Amino acid sequence: MELFLMTLITGILVGGNYALVALGWVLIYKCSGVLNLAMGELTLIGAYVTLTFYQMGLPFVLAVVGTLLVGIVLGILTERIFLDKLIGEPILAVIMVTVGLSFFFKGLVEFIWSTDTKVFTPPVFSMEPIALGFVKVSPVYLWSFILAIVLLIIFVAFFKYTRWGLSMQATADDETAALSLGVSARFVYAAAWAIAFMSAGVGGALLGNINGVNISVGHLGLLVLPAVVLGGLNSVPGAIVGGIVIGVLQNLSGSYLDQYFPGGVKEIVPFAFMAVFLLFKPYGLWGWERIERV
Amino acid sequence: MSQAQALEGQDTLLELENVHMYFGKVAALAGVDLQVRKGEIHSIIGPNGAGKTVMMNCINGLYAPQKGSIRYKGETINPLKPHLRAQLGISRTFQKIELFGGMSVLDNIRLGRHINLKSGIFSGSFYLGKTKREEIAARKFIEEEIIDLLEIESIRDKTVHMLPYGLQKRVELGRALALEPELLLLDEPLAGLNLEEVEDMARFILDINEEERWKVTCILVEHDMGVVMDISSRVFVLNFGNRITDGSPEEVQSNPEVIKAYLGEEDLYATRR
Repeated sequence: MELFLMTLITGILVGGNYALVALGWVLIYKCSGVLNLAMGELTLIGAYVTLTFYQMGLPFVLAVVGTLLVGIVLGILTERIFLDKLIGEPILAVIMVTVGLSFFFKGLVEFIWSTDTKVFTPPVFSMEPIALGFVKVSPVYLWSFILAIVLLIIFVAFFKYTRWGLSMQATADDETAALSLGVSARFVYAAAWAIAFMSAGVGGALLGNINGVNISVGHLGLLVLPAVVLGGLNSVPGAIVGGIVIGVLQNLSGSYLDQYFPGGVKEIVPFAFMAVFLLFKPYGLWGWERIERV
Repeated sequence: MSQAQALEGQDTLLELENVHMYFGKVAALAGVDLQVRKGEIHSIIGPNGAGKTVMMNCINGLYAPQKGSIRYKGETINPLKPHLRAQLGISRTFQKIELFGGMSVLDNIRLGRHINLKSGIFSGSFYLGKTKREEIAARKFIEEEIIDLLEIESIRDKTVHMLPYGLQKRVELGRALALEPELLLLDEPLAGLNLEEVEDMARFILDINEEERWKVTCILVEHDMGVVMDISSRVFVLNFGNRITDGSPEEVQSNPEVIKAYLGEEDLYATRR
């Protein structure tokens, strides 16, 4: 029982970080209908940027703030340089460009930071486990969960209550109408990319704290895809719930199934679950159901 | 002659000069000229496929004509994106309703308003004095004026895609008004409405055009000849991308070319009247 609870809670805590990365997927999809396959690399870049700031002597929280700022700049640059010209082109073309971006970013990261695993030294969080009721969890998990949730709340509040966020929602819903009301589509896309970079970047920084920073942080970014699909590609609450569900599934399968299927069962289960789930709910939990009335 | 006289003393708000719009080799607009004076309801009529909606899209900026100029208040607006034209005061409704389906009526109308509030993100997040005043003014404007005018008080909190078509058309008009436009483009506002709804909508358009509070200049694309001839100051007739005539409803009705090209049988006037 204790093992179960501990696995469950760790799963939820890790899931919070996934939710943050998932938010990046959802925002871009919601605003432009593009599945951004470079998401894993955005996570990776975030992890390395935070690490660099941290090793320059900044406190971790400031390093995260710095990552957010770098995220804004990179997001806007990416949109302006690579994607702006593609507004109005077929979605598939844009998705292929994001594949290209993912290779480009991966190469860039290896070029700048090389491929060795790096860890946050000195460790950001103490190793001493914290007791949550009768289960003990490592502080890394707890704090990154808290930070992830705080950022999620900020992003969601931005999306829901500010005029910029409102413009983004309007564009997502009906671009033509939004244009006719004075919303600039270019601005909205740039903002979506900036937020995606920020959320994925910080998600990457937090995940990097747990496992160390190397190319595989980028794979974690891709692991979030089932979370996004599960929640419904265009649902922000769906991304959060999906992230947590995937975190829990991953940890439970790691604890209970690994003895029967040794090796990477932890990595596979979320995808298997996604495939089965989609058979029954093809739009995810809260995705828009496209029903055409004839 | 009478056109020239009528133009005197009135400012031209919008002017299209020799506008050409091609899709591939098809000329949707082949050198169209149009002057819209401040304060009028200027209707554009023509058979299906004549290029009426294309004209609207050129004015609103969704299409960029290959040739010709579009001037608004004397300034050429050809290079401006649609959102900038909206900020200049050109607002529109769509032939096929383009509402934010999942949002409530009030939210749809508010969106038209909020995007144009001036306060920045910082004061916005802390609800500082200026923002607060702006918000209150915006709310008053939307709730007391637009909702009142369009008589949609009873559905203000309903989700838009659940509403009947006629009401959705009304909400779309409300959202277009939330921008406080000077020029309103109405693309078939009466299509698909029943008799009673047509009368209401025609009355709203007249109110928006005539009431001291609004005084909005309207460009109306519409097939309902009865209403068009009743409420328009002038009627522009388009066929295959060319202007056939542009004049008062009486002139247009007696123009033999119009009757031949568009109205065909005489009793077309009699629709609904």
